[in-house]
Amino acid sequence: MRVMVFVPADSNSEAGVMPTQDLISKMMKFNEDLVKAGVMLDGQGLTPTSRAKRVRFSGNQRTVIDGPFAESKELVAGYWIWQVKSVEEAVEWLKRAPFDGGVEVTIRPIFEPEDFGRELTAELRSKQEQLQVEIDRQKRS
Amino acid sequence: MSAGATQEAVAAVWRIESARLIGALLRLVRSVELAEDLAQEALIVALERWPATGIPDNPGAWLMTTAKNRALDQLRQRKMQQRKHEELGQHPASVSQEPAPDTGLEEDVGDDLLRLIFIACHPVLSREARAALTLKMLGGLTTEEIARAFLVPEPTMAQRIVRAKRSLGEARVPFELPPGAQLQSRLASVLEVIYLIFNEGYAATTGESWTRPQLCQEALRLGRILAGLMSGEAEVHGLLALMELNASRLPARTGALGEPILLLDQDRTRWDQLLLHRGLAALERAERLRQPLGSYTLQAAIAACHARARVASQTDWHRIVALYDALVELTLSPIVELNRAVAVSMAFGPGAGLELLASLAEEPALKSYHLLPSVRGDLLFKLGRYAEATVEFERAAAMTQNSRERTLLQTRAQESRRCHSSARRHISIVR
Repeated sequence: MRVMVFVPADSNSEAGVMPTQDLISKMMKFNEDLVKAGVMLDGQGLTPTSRAKRVRFSGNQRTVIDGPFAESKELVAGYWIWQVKSVEEAVEWLKRAPFDGGVEVTIRPIFEPEDFGRELTAELRSKQEQLQVEIDRQKRS
Repeated sequence: MSAGATQEAVAAVWRIESARLIGALLRLVRSVELAEDLAQEALIVALERWPATGIPDNPGAWLMTTAKNRALDQLRQRKMQQRKHEELGQHPASVSQEPAPDTGLEEDVGDDLLRLIFIACHPVLSREARAALTLKMLGGLTTEEIARAFLVPEPTMAQRIVRAKRSLGEARVPFELPPGAQLQSRLASVLEVIYLIFNEGYAATTGESWTRPQLCQEALRLGRILAGLMSGEAEVHGLLALMELNASRLPARTGALGEPILLLDQDRTRWDQLLLHRGLAALERAERLRQPLGSYTLQAAIAACHARARVASQTDWHRIVALYDALVELTLSPIVELNRAVAVSMAFGPGAGLELLASLAEEPALKSYHLLPSVRGDLLFKLGRYAEATVEFERAAAMTQNSRERTLLQTRAQESRRCHSSARRHISIVR
């Protein structure tokens, strides 16, 4: 299974303050361990929300909102995608990460194809097939 | 924490730590059988104690210490026996050769793992035994899980693993990494085992379908670990690229009813983009090393041609033919030549492919290979030679062992026959 691990933002990450050299090297070591164990598929840090945009949807209206955004606890500062056998394995890995200071890091399992019912998949598939036929038709014309 | 939850957490710790643990113990006791036993004993102690004490802050170190203490106990006992033997004037050779224990358990984790992989994949063992032992010692899988994955009864698999460990001991397989000259051939054995595990999951169309993708995942994990340990070996990255690229197509390989969907008919929007890009990146790493291209790297390069084509019609068949040329030269395999003929037919037309098949007809290795008449039927069909195509599809259908495939081939035979009769009608009208 795959999980996505969300690292929350804090006032420092939002202010663009880089972590200490010590923390960076500890984090690099942790990432290296994840890669060497064949667990890490992807992982990135995110820039402060001062560089972010939001799009609000309301009926036909689309409103663009510029960052920064206030609620720093709900903002994400970085993520990983891990390939693990179970959520427990992800938990055991996360426990080894060099976080501190009461920060709460969240593990969310990613949907797998088998999480969807067979019928829904078949339906989605026939939809997709129709779409493909339409695309092919447009390409020919 | 409930007992069940602790058990799951212990299993997770085991998954993460077992290979390193066994690898370090192997350095200490120099016997696969003993190292694995000691690690299992430490696991049992953990399962007994952790539900009450909770999981220690550093569970890996805890398991190491527990197993190491047991190892030292055993060594001490053996030393005591040796002393007794000496007092009696006996000098059993096996005991006196015992090396001094290496106590630096935390160091050289990479080397420990590599040694473990190379021993588990040692050529004295059968391919099946190598695969089972690798999953057990490096994947941290239970015997039950491995048995289920390979669709054999658990006692059979347990026997296979026990026998494999014993064979390693009896053959006195040195636990050091093979020296430079042997390293390449031994590495080939390691890569073969990982790819065998992958294909066991990938090619499966029978059995409990959910256990099979797990084998692909395990092989990918091993491939990723090996790529980290031997980053200077192009073929290691080549194999990883091949597996990542093939695995990226898993979601599109079967239809709603579980029927196989061929590569060119797959809905490419369903390919896993993360794996696809990881595969392309791994291939790039292999090619950047500027070593002679090995068979895995070449196969990955072919898979990459498909991965890069957003629709099947954009496939760069000329490049695929060139890659198959190199692969034929390297492997001299008639099956690869058959694949090359298909690529040639896609690049230069069915007639060109058919010409190549003629030279393969006498190949003994393909005598009972259903894909030869199947491919020939397909090319004849494309050339409008429906009567000949019907014969070939029927022949292929009679040769295959797989019922799904037989149905597919019979359908194609019927289709050819229909086309043949309607073509004849058409000709008579024209006349």
